[in-house]
Amino acid sequence: MLRFIVRRLFGAIAVLFAISVLVFLIFNVVPATNPAQRIAGKNATPQLIENVEEEWGFNKSLPEQYWTQMKLIFTGKVVSYNSHVNVDTRIREGIPATASLCIGAAIIWLSFGFLFGFLSAVRAGGFTDRALTALALTGISMPVFWLASILLYYLTYKIELFPASGYEPLSDPGKWFSHLILPWVSLAILYAGFYSRVLRSSMLDVMNEDYVRTARAKGLSSRRVMVRHVLRNSLIPVITLFGLDFGVLIGGGAIVTESLFNIEGVGYFAAEALATQDFPSIMALSLFGAFFIVLFNTFVDFAYAYLDPRIRLGTSAT
Amino acid sequence: MPPESEKQGTEAPIPTGTGASDAGSGIESDGARVIDADAGDGRQGGGPWAIAWRRLRRNKVALFSLAVFLLICICCLLAPVWANHVADTGPNTTHTLEKLHEGGEVKEVVEPSGKAIGPQWFAAGGKFFLGADGHLGRDEMVRLLYGGRSSLFIGIVAAIITTILAVIFGLLSGYYGGFTDTVISRIMDVVWAFPVVLLALSLGIVLAVGGLVIGPIHVKQSSLWIPTLIIGFVYTPYMARPLRGEVLALREKEFIEAAVAQGAGTTRILFVELLPNLMSTIIVFFTLNIANNMLLEAVLSYLGAGVQPPSSSWGTMISEGFGALYSQPLLTIIPGTAILLTVLSVNVFGDGLRDALDPKSKVRFEARAGTAEPEGSAAV
Repeated sequence: MLRFIVRRLFGAIAVLFAISVLVFLIFNVVPATNPAQRIAGKNATPQLIENVEEEWGFNKSLPEQYWTQMKLIFTGKVVSYNSHVNVDTRIREGIPATASLCIGAAIIWLSFGFLFGFLSAVRAGGFTDRALTALALTGISMPVFWLASILLYYLTYKIELFPASGYEPLSDPGKWFSHLILPWVSLAILYAGFYSRVLRSSMLDVMNEDYVRTARAKGLSSRRVMVRHVLRNSLIPVITLFGLDFGVLIGGGAIVTESLFNIEGVGYFAAEALATQDFPSIMALSLFGAFFIVLFNTFVDFAYAYLDPRIRLGTSAT
Repeated sequence: MPPESEKQGTEAPIPTGTGASDAGSGIESDGARVIDADAGDGRQGGGPWAIAWRRLRRNKVALFSLAVFLLICICCLLAPVWANHVADTGPNTTHTLEKLHEGGEVKEVVEPSGKAIGPQWFAAGGKFFLGADGHLGRDEMVRLLYGGRSSLFIGIVAAIITTILAVIFGLLSGYYGGFTDTVISRIMDVVWAFPVVLLALSLGIVLAVGGLVIGPIHVKQSSLWIPTLIIGFVYTPYMARPLRGEVLALREKEFIEAAVAQGAGTTRILFVELLPNLMSTIIVFFTLNIANNMLLEAVLSYLGAGVQPPSSSWGTMISEGFGALYSQPLLTIIPGTAILLTVLSVNVFGDGLRDALDPKSKVRFEARAGTAEPEGSAAV
């Protein structure tokens, strides 16, 4: 197991490196305009552009540029030239809000995803299955931000059921909770629909396996077969998805939800940076997001190896 | 081998070429018959496509969804007809200071307070059918139809780009294996590990500033092709991976061995032997990809990294409408409903296609048709 973990960690570092190269290429090589000008922002003076050119190394060769820029980003020295705020500080300030949003939403979507997926797999073909499938398909066919704005309009403005928006720190749990209900729900709906569909089809595949028939033939109760044998073995695709999705969100991927509900987290910062075309911030945020995705993917690999020893043995043998 | 393929063999004395396809079709029809028997409709024969079509035809919900989707496409294609003959205005024409004469009444398109006129339906002869869009006073219906063209264009063309790239990468890395596979797979891993929305946004924002220059081709920054290319690119690994997996499995099958033994070239094996066997996966992915693309387009446009103003797409319309959410919620609701209807119809149809094409969906199908006892029926 230890060997497996070490291997995976090295793999993760390699992927992170490749991503940093990709980010570098996207922001420095792909666009057709002067990179220093873009970094310095829209209203930059020629003097500032010159400074940026020096600091970001645009007058040097590409590998040197890469090195200079990564050093700036990873030592937390990147400063947005639009708002004159250190990007690192901004991100760190946003983490509590983003984490509150993502963890709450994840609890909701996992509960409903599992419940709905399980029910519709168990009742495959029946009315419950059809109704839940229709519900899930509708859930995955909506733009999240559209749903969020409709909820905002009807539930906070029309009937004033929830407080308008904004984020309240956890020090006042009641306020914190009531301000987060709507964002949680609107973020969770898409994922709940998606997870219930994935779990359903994965369970239907597993139900066809021989060992399930064996378990039944042994005389185990249906409940036991479904929970112990079918559900447990259907978890792998759901865990894969969860690692990826949760990593995206916690790394600031809930850009739209956060900006709609005025939750000043990492995603809110990203939306702001995008709107003002604040390139240093966008670069740092991309790397920050990628870091969490790779981290959670690595966790997923560990979870796999724990759930299914064949995976662990299979990879360490090659 | 079933006796009929022996007969075919004796009837066709030319051993090369046809022999390979015989082996292929033999396997296919063999598999198809098993599925057919399992589906329990008692009919024999027909290729796998015919069987898939029969299954699809029975799925009324999927067919209805296809009809809805096609109807939406046709409406959007006819946008200029509505604009020129009914509404008499263009998608970007402003009517800020104009007045509407309805019967004896005179209404301002945009009130001095900045509130735009609501839906008029046919009261003004089709003008401002869905009202106007905020202080600029543009015709919402005309914008909706033209916006739909952008959204659908991006959804469909990006899906075509994804499909082409994914098929090429999937075939090459699955069939060649070794070094080619390692390189392609690792690149895919990196793109995969990058958050789709963030990657698309980064590219979108970078290209929205400077435009895209590839050699002699210069794509203008306001071009629809920029979001299209970006979306087509970012979803490629999601389709290439499963295709690669399938090629890996197919590569070991007898009909490929037969083709190699008969001296078929690599191109022939890739495109004549392997590709047709991937078709059902490709079709399903392509369909569901359209749905995802349209949603991603909406997010990108909403954040300013997609379709650039003054062009409209359903995403930009939602984001424009959001500015006036509390005074005129309809401006947000209308384009969102259009996206929901279109994407939902594509998703439902794609689901039906998967059930019809994917042999693995046998369980689902049996359960639905009620021919086999649903395995979970006794549980819980």
